[in-house]
Amino acid sequence: MDDSKRNKVTGKGIPLPGNDIDTDRVIPARFMKCVTFDGLGEFAFYDARFEEDGSEKDHPFNDPAFKEGSILIVNKNFGCGSSREHAPQALQKYGITGVIGESFAEIFNGNCTAMGIPAVKLSKSDIEILMDEVRNNPQTSLTIDLDTRKVITDSKEYDLDLPESYRNALKEGAWDTTAVLLANKDKIQKVSTRLPYIDNFTTC
Amino acid sequence: MGKNLFDKVWDLHKVDTLPSGQDQLFIGLHLIHEVTSPQAFQMLKERNLKVLYPNRTFATVDHIIPTASQSRPLQDNLAEDMMKAIEKNTADSDIKFFNLESGDQGIVHIIGPELGLTQPGMTIACGDSHTSTHGAFGSIGFGIGTSQIRDVLATQTLTLNRPKVRKIEINGELKPGVTAKDIILRIMQDLGVKGGIGYAYEYAGSTIRALSMEERMTICNMSIEGGARVGYVSPDETTYEYLKGKRYAPKGSEWDKALDYWKSIASDEDAKYDDVYTIDGTSIEPMVTWGINPGQALGISQKMPLLDELDPDDREVAEKAYAHMAFQEGSNIKGQKIDVAFIGSCTNGRLSDLQEAAKVVKGRHVSNNVRAFVVPGSMNVARQAEALGLPQIFEEAGFEWRQAGCSMCLAMNPDKLQGREISASSSNRNFIGRQGSPIGRTLLMSPAMVAAAALAGEVSDVRELGA
Repeated sequence: MDDSKRNKVTGKGIPLPGNDIDTDRVIPARFMKCVTFDGLGEFAFYDARFEEDGSEKDHPFNDPAFKEGSILIVNKNFGCGSSREHAPQALQKYGITGVIGESFAEIFNGNCTAMGIPAVKLSKSDIEILMDEVRNNPQTSLTIDLDTRKVITDSKEYDLDLPESYRNALKEGAWDTTAVLLANKDKIQKVSTRLPYIDNFTTC
Repeated sequence: MGKNLFDKVWDLHKVDTLPSGQDQLFIGLHLIHEVTSPQAFQMLKERNLKVLYPNRTFATVDHIIPTASQSRPLQDNLAEDMMKAIEKNTADSDIKFFNLESGDQGIVHIIGPELGLTQPGMTIACGDSHTSTHGAFGSIGFGIGTSQIRDVLATQTLTLNRPKVRKIEINGELKPGVTAKDIILRIMQDLGVKGGIGYAYEYAGSTIRALSMEERMTICNMSIEGGARVGYVSPDETTYEYLKGKRYAPKGSEWDKALDYWKSIASDEDAKYDDVYTIDGTSIEPMVTWGINPGQALGISQKMPLLDELDPDDREVAEKAYAHMAFQEGSNIKGQKIDVAFIGSCTNGRLSDLQEAAKVVKGRHVSNNVRAFVVPGSMNVARQAEALGLPQIFEEAGFEWRQAGCSMCLAMNPDKLQGREISASSSNRNFIGRQGSPIGRTLLMSPAMVAAAALAGEVSDVRELGA
């Protein structure tokens, strides 16, 4: 199979409860002083994970039970705030390959999709059940199945929701959009010529 | 049934519907800065791609720039590396760069409008969520991630899901002491930080019509805080008047053609919306946030919410907020002590913001326990403020006057809260750790309210100062 296709993503879960977790919390701004995304993984949730003296706080990423986890389970409006792709990049570099939540901030969801990470929605009650299931058995295997629109665990199936365009892009391996967009070069040119402002920028 | 501006602009810029079902949208203006663009240029290089329309992209530096001294090399090696990267990338790709020597450097959302780059009926993209600011001109501004910056550089287009449009109609004359920042914080309080998910916000009504362009920018700037993807105001005489004579604005016969276009894309009187929300403008009072997101906002006379009164979703975040802020539920926001006062940012670092604050502090002095500073949003704002004597007014009152940059809004530069310090801030986010200290605290308010808090050393009602 083409390795860019994301029909199914499987792994163990990490429950991260809480609404409105913003991207400043996912990756604090001071760690964005970099010209590549490499190395961001160790700073994922840095201030939520560590005290100022470097000792560990109580956080799912520090919990040995979820050390092998690669699918993040969250609540409402995850990834709100800054548009920084550094946030999903930090998660991906940490080892996250999929996110399951009640809802996502739109730029965050778009950034995830553009990086080949499915960020899918379940109902509030399903998220509760799924978080409990993973807490009770951290070894449980989760599959985000975009073909059948299900999240499948050892004991249960949940109906997932994902904008159809994102589902298509991930399934077809077309989430890296540059080539798709560039294929329309002639149409791009055509639109640019019909826009009345396109040649209006005078030079100073 | 007529059309709203959003739908008109979207349809005009639509290149195609892609196999995924998303729309491909032409981007008229692309703004870049040093934090979110270097990785995108790297991706282009790896794919052997070139910037398709280099003359549609403009660059500045803002997030990492120290505001005490901008001299090179920057003391922070990582910041200096980022400076070098944007210098090289813009030079290699022939992109206009408003660097520190240009005299035009500043926060990306401040320089676009002040140079006349931002115009009605454009699509605008920038790797920063506050790109919604540009909607004040009747353009559609999208904050984007770095992979999308790569797409815009390589193709001048983006893939996007088309949002619905909610009209937020505000009518009536604002009470004295109430500003644009109070309007947007009131919208956040009413609709919450999740309320705008899936929507573009159109701000309309007599209150909005009466605002200056700078005030409209403040409101559109924070659309993203409510979860909306973009926010905008239909262009009108105020918009055209602002743009006239700006460096990159159309001139001569071009101006007349542009005006025809700008008028044509304004929302029709009978335009259709997916939703309408109405606010009585006369009911808005000076606002302050008490919690850890911009939706946790209060009128200055209101008390912080009781946990029992909140719905379960809001309760969990409110508990976290009370634990972080060390406030008691049900207490007054007025009278809470502050340590730091910050006036600046893309939300409130424009000339009128500084004038508003200067009016409050003139002839008075900052409280002994408060560290207060003013950061103009751009070199042009700084020059205009200097011509009006604002730095002297602030300095005599005990404020520090700094150089242009993002400063303590997100603290990617030396301006940071220390430890548990609590700040009165004219910026846009009160997220935990946002102002540089993981345990620091932020109260969002208007520049005039920050000024009042700086003088009193505690959250105050600016109206009681009689400024």
